[in-house]
Amino acid sequence: MLTGTVVVAASFAYLMLLFAVAWYGDRRAEQGRSIIANPWTYAMSLAVYCTAWTYFGSVGRAASGGVWFLPIYLGPTLAMSLSWIVMLKMIRISRTYRITSIADFIASRYGKSHLLGGLVTIIAVVGMVPYIALQLKAISSGYSVLTGSDDSGVFPFATASWFNDGTLYVALTLAVFTVLFGARHLDAAERHEGMVAAIAFESVVKLLAFLVVGGFVTWSVYEGFGDIFARAFANPDLAALLSLQTASTAGYGGWFAMTLLALLSVIFLPRQFQVTVVENVNEQHLRRATWLFPAYLLLINIFVLPIALGGLLYFGRGTVDPDTFVLSLPLAHGEKALALLAFIGGLSAATGMVIVETIAVSTMVCNDLVMPLLLSTKRFKRNVHPDLTGLLLGIRRGAIVVVLLLGYLYFRLAGEAYALVSIGLISFAAVAQFAPAMLGGMYWRGGTRDGAFAGLLAGFVVWAYTLMLPSVAKSGWLDRDFLDQGLFGLDYLRPEQLFGLAGLDSISHALFWSLTANIACYVLVSLARVPTGQEATQATLFVDVFSRGQDAPATFWRGRAQVQDLQPLVARFLGAERARRMFEAYARERGVRSIEELKPDAGLVQFAETQLAGAIGSASARVMVSSVVQEEPLGLDEVMDILDEASQVRAYSHELEEKSQALEAATAELRAANERLTELDRLKDDFMSSVTHELRTPLTSIRAFSEMLLDDPKIDLKDRTRFLTIIVSETERLTRLVNQVLDMAKIESGHAEWHNTDIDMRELVGHAAETTDQLFRDRGAVLEIDLPDAAPHLRADRDRLLQVLLNLLSNAAKFVPDGAGVARVRLSAETGQLRVDVTDNGPGIAPEQLGVIFEKFRQGGDERSRPQGTGLGLPISRQIVEHFGGRLWVQSRPGEGATFSFVLPLPLESERGAGHAMT
Amino acid sequence: MMRRGLAGQRLVAAFLGGALLFNYPVLSLLDRSEPFFGMPMLWVCLFAVWAALIAVVAWIAERGAR
Repeated sequence: MLTGTVVVAASFAYLMLLFAVAWYGDRRAEQGRSIIANPWTYAMSLAVYCTAWTYFGSVGRAASGGVWFLPIYLGPTLAMSLSWIVMLKMIRISRTYRITSIADFIASRYGKSHLLGGLVTIIAVVGMVPYIALQLKAISSGYSVLTGSDDSGVFPFATASWFNDGTLYVALTLAVFTVLFGARHLDAAERHEGMVAAIAFESVVKLLAFLVVGGFVTWSVYEGFGDIFARAFANPDLAALLSLQTASTAGYGGWFAMTLLALLSVIFLPRQFQVTVVENVNEQHLRRATWLFPAYLLLINIFVLPIALGGLLYFGRGTVDPDTFVLSLPLAHGEKALALLAFIGGLSAATGMVIVETIAVSTMVCNDLVMPLLLSTKRFKRNVHPDLTGLLLGIRRGAIVVVLLLGYLYFRLAGEAYALVSIGLISFAAVAQFAPAMLGGMYWRGGTRDGAFAGLLAGFVVWAYTLMLPSVAKSGWLDRDFLDQGLFGLDYLRPEQLFGLAGLDSISHALFWSLTANIACYVLVSLARVPTGQEATQATLFVDVFSRGQDAPATFWRGRAQVQDLQPLVARFLGAERARRMFEAYARERGVRSIEELKPDAGLVQFAETQLAGAIGSASARVMVSSVVQEEPLGLDEVMDILDEASQVRAYSHELEEKSQALEAATAELRAANERLTELDRLKDDFMSSVTHELRTPLTSIRAFSEMLLDDPKIDLKDRTRFLTIIVSETERLTRLVNQVLDMAKIESGHAEWHNTDIDMRELVGHAAETTDQLFRDRGAVLEIDLPDAAPHLRADRDRLLQVLLNLLSNAAKFVPDGAGVARVRLSAETGQLRVDVTDNGPGIAPEQLGVIFEKFRQGGDERSRPQGTGLGLPISRQIVEHFGGRLWVQSRPGEGATFSFVLPLPLESERGAGHAMT
Repeated sequence: MMRRGLAGQRLVAAFLGGALLFNYPVLSLLDRSEPFFGMPMLWVCLFAVWAALIAVVAWIAERGAR
């Protein structure tokens, strides 16, 4: 056994170490180099979930129920896998609206209601009292086991009177420490960096201590897991613990209820809300906690069953309280240091829980219970308190002490009748009552203040009647009669078999009835009336927190207040210096130089209210701000108008987006059109310069020869005749060119005159061949004519078609080689069309020229060798053929001659008939 | 943003899977009296499923971080 002095000294040393960690954490936070701003610390701080209940109670639970200690940890694992959906939303909402506790969350969601905040606070306090008692009981019984001051270890100090009861001093010591950790000064955001650092440190300590003890029992006392389980299997009493069905009477329903209870608790326990939501530094930290915290739970539970079985095997059943196996097993093997370490681990677990829980609860008590009452008293309103920060701190410290003393009271009243786990479950069931109002508030717009109040009240009353009162009655402080016979002797009102519901364990039974009453009242009362403007506003702010910007909380009311009124108000609760700094920062954010220049608009009021909400809760902040603000609250219709407006704006912006897309498409079209125009413009310029160039060449030679004739009248007749011949031919060329340009322009603009008649193509081709016969003979070439015996007539302009044929034939005559030229013109009738091919054996056309020869003024062949021509023949021919619905093209390979072909469609039978009838 | 994306849906799926495995009737399948390598079948299976669930959730959550 250890002496009391050693244990107390070690405990104090450990608490001092914790305090040093917290102090260091605070200091680093002030320097802006936070040690808790990383995901590992965050996940470790969530492990405040594991209290003395886990540390001592799980083993006790396992000793009586085998694996039934596990649902308490499986539930949180499941809850954490949804954390990225549920908890992230809670964090975002709380950060955006400066919410610092569950009571504030619910009060704020349902229209900033004092009544709701107060009710939630009362439920939290009443619900947490047994849980705190559990921690006190764990510490005190651990102490007595270590020091051997009580032989059995089951009933420590049972007979002692209150003034020499060590537990009272434990409670007071913890109260002092909690005040030091959490209520030394006031923080607008209720964040306690040092405390979180200490909690994370504690979590590591309790895990290591428990693992060391587990390892000791498993491998030192016994020979590994196999050995312990083999011995347990051999013992029929212990073997029964290894199966779910034989270990407990609660059945699978009870297992499910327990899992659900733990799942809800890990989200809604005030201390979990504090570390998960309020103390969260960065939303991204939640990502790692999602798996790291469950992994922590798994680790700390691996040795629970081995320790429980080891203890039962060693001590036997009934001699030593299984809740203390973690301590008594090392002690029984003479490992005093190990036992002390185990005790420190348990102390860690208990103090961590007590500190965070009481801080969270004291924030609620101060902001949602005491402040609203204070603010509503007339005396308070009349007195102008210059600075209320001292008062706020005082209230919080008082609340911490009161909550711990209430815990002590419950411990004295009922603690001894229950195992640790059963006490904890009572608290869990109380916390579960927050779930409908919280989850409903985050995902359902229809929940109203009345609904939330009715649901919470109903759930709380049923919980108190079915769980809390029986726990007090069983410890003998109340008449047990109502347990067995029901209230007023009414059989169906028996607390543990309400309405005759039997066959469930007391926790599942209470959970079923309380949650049923809670949800039913919440939903039904909410649906009884339309939400008010304030409720609808808050519902929208909470439910749509992700779709609204984080920076711009919407203001759903009209109000204006002078900064001269608001700043002193904030200063009263946060201190003058801090208020000044806040307003200065806000002024900078708004881009004005000093506080005085701030515009007295709704944004300023919103800012002041948010700052106040962090310190005194949203409902109280609302009351305080409205006392200095001239404002008109908005009705439901107006709120809906604003919301509609927002959706209209969204619709407009969508429309705008569509329009801008259409505009972009139109711009692209315009650009393409512009490019086409530019290209056409360029073509026109090219055309103009080509035409003038073609005109200048004959003009130049005409002028030159004319001047020679003029200058020298004695020029002999032979030269004179030659010169005049040239001038005449050049003039002809000019005329031809001008005619062709005019022709071209007419055809292109559609002003050309077409004299359509019935044409026999055989006759036309023959005529063209005759006309060009001289040309070919001049070049010493042969023109072969290949005509079918008969060809259908077609309807076209005879002169134009002749022009095309002449053009193609004269081209062929130009390009055939001198003296050895062979050209061939062939007419053939195909289905529905007539085809004419003009083939020559000239030099052919290079592939890159094939496309361009049909362009104006682009002649084939190279500059020097090509024969004279206007460069308009082929373009005009093509225009003519296309005018009659035909096609003109060329096939050629360099060195192998060229074939120009065109087809003309024949008129349909009916048209032909009509044509004949007319002629 | 992980919330709306694939990771969020995967986490919900992991939750549903876990809720299924940790409850009746699947649980009753694991509750056998014969030992598993000298250890209680139920105890081993619960921890194995638990560890697997944590591994899956860790994979989803950390993967979404990239």
